[in-house]
Amino acid sequence: MAGGTGGGETITMSTHESAVQAAHAHGAPQGFIRKWVFSLDHKVIGLQYYFLALVAVFVGMFLSLLMRIHLIWPTVALPLLGDIKPETYLTLVTMHGTIMVFFVLTTAPQGGFGNYFLPIQIGAPDMAFPVLNMLSFWTTLVGFIVMIAAFFVAGGAPLHGWTGYAPLSAVQSTGPGEGLGADLWIISIAIFCIGALMGALNFITTTLDMRAKGMTMMRMPLTVWAWFVTAILGLLAFGVLLSAGILLLMDRNLGTSFYVPLITVNGQLTGHKGGSPLLWQHLFWFFGHPEVYIAILPAMGLASQLLSVFSRKPIFGYKAMVYAILGIGFLGFMVWGHHMFMSGMSPYTAFAFSIMTMGIGVPSAIKTFNWLGTIWGGRIRFDSPMLFAIGFVSLFVSGGISGPFLAQPVLDIQLHDTYFVPGHFHLIMGVASIFGIFAATYYWFPKMFGRMMNESLARWHFWFSFIGTYAIFMPMHYLGMAGMPRRYSQMTEVGYLLDLIPLQKFITYAAFITIAGQLIFLVNLFWSMFKGKKAVDNPWEATTLEWTTATPPPHDNFGGHTPVVHNGPYEYGVPGAPRDYVMQTDPEIEPAH
Amino acid sequence: MASFSTTATVTDPRVALGDDGILPPALAGGSGDRPDSGLPDYATRLRRARLGLLVALTPVLMLFVSFTSAYVVRQGLPSLDPRTATLVRDWIPVTLPKLLLINTGVLVLSSVFMELARRQIRGEAVFASADSIPGVPPASESRIPWLPMTLVLGIIFLFGQWMAWRQLAASGFYVATTPSSSFVYLLTGTHAVHLLGGVLALLGAGVASLLGLSLTRRSIVVDVTAWYWHFMAGLWVYILCLLEFAS
Amino acid sequence: MGLVLLAVIWLITFISTYFFIAKTWWLPVGASAAAAGIDHHFTTTFILMGIVFVAAQVALGYLVWSFRDRGNPAKVSYSHGNTTLEIVWTVLTTILFVGLNLTSSSIWASERFRPAAADSVQVEVTGMQFAWYFRYPGPDGKFGATNPELEDASAGGEAALGLDTKDPASKDDVVSGVMVVPVNREIEVILRAHDVIHSFFIPQMRFKQDAVPGLAIHMHFTPIQTGEYEILCAELCGLGHYKMHGIVRVVTPEEFDKWLAAREAEKL
Repeated sequence: MAGGTGGGETITMSTHESAVQAAHAHGAPQGFIRKWVFSLDHKVIGLQYYFLALVAVFVGMFLSLLMRIHLIWPTVALPLLGDIKPETYLTLVTMHGTIMVFFVLTTAPQGGFGNYFLPIQIGAPDMAFPVLNMLSFWTTLVGFIVMIAAFFVAGGAPLHGWTGYAPLSAVQSTGPGEGLGADLWIISIAIFCIGALMGALNFITTTLDMRAKGMTMMRMPLTVWAWFVTAILGLLAFGVLLSAGILLLMDRNLGTSFYVPLITVNGQLTGHKGGSPLLWQHLFWFFGHPEVYIAILPAMGLASQLLSVFSRKPIFGYKAMVYAILGIGFLGFMVWGHHMFMSGMSPYTAFAFSIMTMGIGVPSAIKTFNWLGTIWGGRIRFDSPMLFAIGFVSLFVSGGISGPFLAQPVLDIQLHDTYFVPGHFHLIMGVASIFGIFAATYYWFPKMFGRMMNESLARWHFWFSFIGTYAIFMPMHYLGMAGMPRRYSQMTEVGYLLDLIPLQKFITYAAFITIAGQLIFLVNLFWSMFKGKKAVDNPWEATTLEWTTATPPPHDNFGGHTPVVHNGPYEYGVPGAPRDYVMQTDPEIEPAH
Repeated sequence: MASFSTTATVTDPRVALGDDGILPPALAGGSGDRPDSGLPDYATRLRRARLGLLVALTPVLMLFVSFTSAYVVRQGLPSLDPRTATLVRDWIPVTLPKLLLINTGVLVLSSVFMELARRQIRGEAVFASADSIPGVPPASESRIPWLPMTLVLGIIFLFGQWMAWRQLAASGFYVATTPSSSFVYLLTGTHAVHLLGGVLALLGAGVASLLGLSLTRRSIVVDVTAWYWHFMAGLWVYILCLLEFAS
Repeated sequence: MGLVLLAVIWLITFISTYFFIAKTWWLPVGASAAAAGIDHHFTTTFILMGIVFVAAQVALGYLVWSFRDRGNPAKVSYSHGNTTLEIVWTVLTTILFVGLNLTSSSIWASERFRPAAADSVQVEVTGMQFAWYFRYPGPDGKFGATNPELEDASAGGEAALGLDTKDPASKDDVVSGVMVVPVNREIEVILRAHDVIHSFFIPQMRFKQDAVPGLAIHMHFTPIQTGEYEILCAELCGLGHYKMHGIVRVVTPEEFDKWLAAREAEKL
């Protein structure tokens, strides 16, 4: 077991002098390979995850750009892809969705920032099982490589969409890309599941078992709560996705009939019979809906954190926020059927799912209310992390408000599988989460690299992203209402879609500009890493434990001593305190209730 | 949702033995009361490893819960026969090889041996770490090789499963023959892969023992593998009941 | 910075809302009996959610501007929240969200819980890569047998469906590439799929339902406006998804009878 990698684990448990001595003995690894490649240090692993996600997000974004180009200029040859075949577009759709959901939205907020900051924020020297932590990263990387490999095999990448509905995904003859490419796609996701499970195991054990003295659960920063609950969701959801993937692989390659009934493809019998296509959808969405919260919860936790830090005010309703995170996590497992209102599922079941789904809007609304309550009466500093946090709240509201449309089966009749759906989920699950990642980057960059990011570049990046995002995704709602179905590679075959082409053109132009804006971020990131202004240990005057240690943090995070926590995570503007913020490690303040 | 409370107790009562059943932050204060015998170190690591295992078993459980629901759905849902436009069921129950019962016995017995091995090595580890305490004799309990015996039984079980598959195939039930045979191979196969993990962990502990690696560390590996092994034995009984009685 | 944020957030909110209110791109004009109810519920939801949307964004913009750091050392209000407000807010949203959904239950029930009326016109709709076929049972009121082994997609028509001509019930079945239905009669749609999942979507009828292989899904709708409407596939079904396109022609009952009789005559 990886738990036995040294005396380091016990340090947090004990404030004994002897234990402190042991921490020094458990020194940082020397040599490039052990330090930066096969590192056991959660901080290095966090950075590895982050840069993996950075590569993935640019791949995913590039694919989306090609999609946008093809949509409005269907005859233009695409860069790198050349000739346009009808399936090319669907390949882009599939790979864009899969890469973004798994290797960006699941990888960066949780694997990246969670790995780096969860142990520090609870005062632990590392994750509970460092070897497992390292393995989880390398597993994820292998998953990513396998996914990319799908582009380069005969037949190319699969065209069945990121949801991979059977039988399209379960029978090799249903289209190009459904051969080896689709197998690689499933195998990649299975590998990813295993990596994510190892990560989740570490997050949960670490949070439960390695908190510093005084760090009670109700003193944990909301970011830690979010990572913790996200890990629980992952633990429950990825096993189910893995099982669904195994069944799919068997249907594809061993001739079983879990998902495939008696069907003919191009008039040819496939040899399958009796399977249930809806079974895949149930298993997939049992994972798929919690996955939405896996992507967004860390961003919610972070937004809560940042709104408090930069408003110089305690978070409004800490307990309500914790309960809302738990409520979202819990309800997240009971609403998967809302993806299946039009699937042939019993309409009674559909109605029950829709009630539950409307119910999950409630904790989300509580969070929004509390975010507004947090900035109310504050003294807001508009540093770049705060801009993105405010942007997150705005996007979260906009993306959330279209939820109750889709959650009602009656309206879903019209809106299901139209552009209304991508409009909705890109705002809330896609870009809102991405804004969380940006905010986290700007916020923690000084701690991770010891330098500040360039503030004016950051502002330009914010305006491009914020306005650009709305320009891209708000019109998708209009398209959806007008009846534009998703995943159409051309709009020339259906009469009334021709009228919608100008709107699609607008979206593509907006996408060009927004993506160009992301280059500002890339430049800022790498330029600041080497040339940025030197950062002090606590540049934002924040209270949580990562700001009590050196910049960047030493190998064991706190340089041989163990923090002792006396205060909650959001003590800003405390009356009578010498500064406008009270660190978690400062002497305990009067209970303020 | 006990694990969310501030004093999260772990469901396994043994875990709590060392530290009043309370996870940190109480531990930091709690461990200071005991004499500095090296025990808290071992207890902490053991507890953490067990907690990790408990968490790790959740996705394994979810995997099989998911397979079970697929099993129930696949068995119960009729499908349209295009020829007659009527709904038909295509579930043909598989007669399970009798060999599976023997395998079950082997696995249950191995689980018992595993438990004995766990207690044995735990005793050794506790004594080893308490060497410095005067008046306590060094460990010299039973020397029965429970661990290798468990390992052998585990391998026999896996071999037995292989034989059972051969028998199934010989009687005409291949993976894709009927949905019920698909599930037999799927469930037994996935279980075998998981048990193989336990076998490899035991092999690792054995090799570590030969190389004379730290007893503490080895005992933690054996302890955690033991709980995993018991889980696998229970899971196997469940799978067998599902295949036998729910078809 | 606070003012710029306020301006941008408000502008985005008002521009977005304007296009909704102006109905620049709105639901296509309804042509079925269910459309009025669905559209009404859509409008209700739109108004309620629109109010929440505008209120939240306007509040966000205002608060960001109003509570910006003005440089003076004025104390912030030190508060950890307000439980009463939390509870009020929670109860209000619960009532709003769940209540809104419950008000739509009768529409959903009439669309999906209730089977088609006994005198409805039956049409079997079959989706396959990448075409829709429509089958009418003929005078005997019974659909004949089909056989997957007889399917010939390239031949189209009856052969594409694999109609078993040996079955007496299939003798009078009419297979068409265009869906022709009479106005003001309930149409019972029986949805099937040969290969993968397709979705039968007629925007003007406010009708959408997946056609799933291995299932025969019974649905119904009542067109109330004659004319031609486009049928789309709304579930990703492969490389030709975007061109899996059909036409439903809603005609007067007389025209419908005439059309059906003519097709019957062709068969003999």
